[in-house]
Amino acid sequence: MPAFPEAAHEAVHNQTLRGNLRHATHTIRAKRANAVAEVSDWAELREAGKQIKDHTLRHLDRYLVQLEESVTAAGGTVHWAADADEANRIVTSLVKATGESEVVKVKSMATQEIGLNEALEAEGVNAYETDLAELIVQLGKDRPSHILVPAIHRNRGEIREIFAREMSEWGRPAPEGLTDTPAELADAARLHLREKFLRAKVGVSGANFMVAETGTLVVVESEGNGRMCLTLPETLISVVGIEKIVPTWQDLEVFLQTLPRSSTAERMNPYTSMWTGTTDEDGPRAFHLVLIDNGRTDTLADEVGRQALRCIRCSACLNVCPVYERAGGHAYGSVYPGPIGAILSPQLRGTESEIDASLPYASSLCGACYEVCPVAIDIPEVLVHLRERVVQGGAVTREGAKVVLKPAKGHAAERAAMRAARWAFGRPGVLRTGQRLASRTRRFHPRTLPGPGRAWSETRSLPAVPAEPFRDWWQRTKGGQETRGGKDTSK
Amino acid sequence: MRVALFLTCVNDTLYPDTGRAVVKLLTKLGVDVDFPMAQTCCGQAHYNTGYRHEAEPLARHFSDVFGGYDAIVTPSGSCGAMVRELYPRMGERARAEGRGDGLATALAPVVPKTYELTEFLVDVLKVTDVGAYYPHTVTYHPTCHGLRSLGLGDRPRRLLQAVRGLELKELPGADECCGFGGTFALKNSDVSAAMGADKVRNAESTGADVLCAADNSCLMHIGGTMTRLRTGMRPVHIAEILASTEEERA
Ligand code: SF4
Repeated sequence: MPAFPEAAHEAVHNQTLRGNLRHATHTIRAKRANAVAEVSDWAELREAGKQIKDHTLRHLDRYLVQLEESVTAAGGTVHWAADADEANRIVTSLVKATGESEVVKVKSMATQEIGLNEALEAEGVNAYETDLAELIVQLGKDRPSHILVPAIHRNRGEIREIFAREMSEWGRPAPEGLTDTPAELADAARLHLREKFLRAKVGVSGANFMVAETGTLVVVESEGNGRMCLTLPETLISVVGIEKIVPTWQDLEVFLQTLPRSSTAERMNPYTSMWTGTTDEDGPRAFHLVLIDNGRTDTLADEVGRQALRCIRCSACLNVCPVYERAGGHAYGSVYPGPIGAILSPQLRGTESEIDASLPYASSLCGACYEVCPVAIDIPEVLVHLRERVVQGGAVTREGAKVVLKPAKGHAAERAAMRAARWAFGRPGVLRTGQRLASRTRRFHPRTLPGPGRAWSETRSLPAVPAEPFRDWWQRTKGGQETRGGKDTSK
Repeated sequence: MRVALFLTCVNDTLYPDTGRAVVKLLTKLGVDVDFPMAQTCCGQAHYNTGYRHEAEPLARHFSDVFGGYDAIVTPSGSCGAMVRELYPRMGERARAEGRGDGLATALAPVVPKTYELTEFLVDVLKVTDVGAYYPHTVTYHPTCHGLRSLGLGDRPRRLLQAVRGLELKELPGADECCGFGGTFALKNSDVSAAMGADKVRNAESTGADVLCAADNSCLMHIGGTMTRLRTGMRPVHIAEILASTEEERA
């Protein structure tokens, strides 16, 4: 996986992609702003969401045990997975135990994070995505590029083409003469998926929330396809990150208001499905909950970074991010793109790889993401914190143990420059000498820069160095005494 | 009131005109402004690139130089935000790392006394009409740190609206980042340039002659892009507009 700047390079110059992304994010951005403005106590809701999440994270051990007890009491089985491999092994063996070779899936970030579809496929099990956008991505042999709208980078023409070409490979083919009108595309998907729903014996889902006191899992969605997967199959396997827990049923009140408005700009999401264990003669007869850690407790150990675990995956931060809008989701090299991806992935996976070391820098720190986040994650603060980890190394928790990271490679020149600048800035005299030198040699300054500065000067002109820095003017004119009230003679 | 001008290293070195404009404006409004010669840099670039430990001595130096003044005024939203928002955070982090209260105590005095220029004019001097004259069509870019970290709100716009001869044009997508972001412009040059180009196109669509902001770093990026895209627009710091008078036409 290349580092973010290289990965973004192509996207920035792909005009179709830029247009698709720009259109989609600007539309939803404006709608979200209206939906949020309708709620008079938005600031209080945001604060409440933040506090519920922080409280839960602080007592995560306790609530997880409570959840396990309630799920078990309701007839479900809880499995614990420390990492992606373990989670995949558990799910695969659960599916195989049913004797089935296909599963229908509710859109889920957690299963993408662990690469479940690939793991199942390796064991001869086909996993069918049933969320419309996720289906487009899967049929297109593509990767999702948005949390909520995984196919945001595709336009209708591209989708029509994918349906017409691929659907017949996996089930019911697309109707003859399919056009790219939204109604026809939706219809094609509905027919294709209906067959799958009616046939499937195993459903796999994630969850938006898990309620510790009752053992209830909650999925919110817009299409109702998720509900089909949650109710029709005989076996339901839910794979959920341990941070998705809330203590009580009542806590949902806050998130069921903030999540739909932040994500789809709806007052209420169209389908809210809740299930608690198993019920006789209704819904799945077997329910398994696979709780995954996969870097979460390590993240929890970091005082600054842990706030990323508050995330409710609404994707509002993606939709306002100017960097995401230009670079697209694929450039982030993880299932979590955009601002939240830039802080979550390097924490869950560590900052050692090139892509993970570059993600904390994939932001201009403009702060738009923090402003919209419904659980007030200070994303810029965490970005800077992770930058520090990249360039300076330091103590982190990895698989429960404290380790000391070395600074990432490739920052030596920058580090030296920063030290030199700090040294000069610590000495006003040195700074002044430098300024004077720059002024005196200003005729010889290149209009393009060498080394790392080249990228800058390729697309922007550099400012000319003035004849005299301010401090020299101040001293020469005694703080502008000569010019106060009169003409400035310095020019 | 002892007022110090914190000009920032970028303004001092590359944009001395902004500094002269601030001095002229504040003097005209009856403020006796001092420029402590020992000032250097607030440490923002270090801090935001991940070199917090390199930024600490610069923050201490800032506090030593400016601690004795009643107010510190800066024509840079992002450096103002560094002091106000991030100095307290640096102190907290040092404490959390078991290094005691030393840094927090050293930095505390300057935090509440540091004002961005337009804040100082509106909140402290309580003026919105500074008696300026500037016969141009101007569009205003709020800059991210001014907008979100400092919460400058409509202060700059109120000041501009009171300028005689000035016609203010709304900038489409005003609250979107221009793409500068300090070292971001170097590290993610493609994305940064694309953001800059979009900002410039939006500015162009207003038909204004001048794009104005309260931060020279953003203006350097936007202005450099304007030159390359040959727009004929000029980037101008808000201080220079507010310091313009009828006698010396800008
Ligand atoms: S970080 Fe905040 S805004 Fe972004 S997806 Fe998570 S909850 Fe939503």
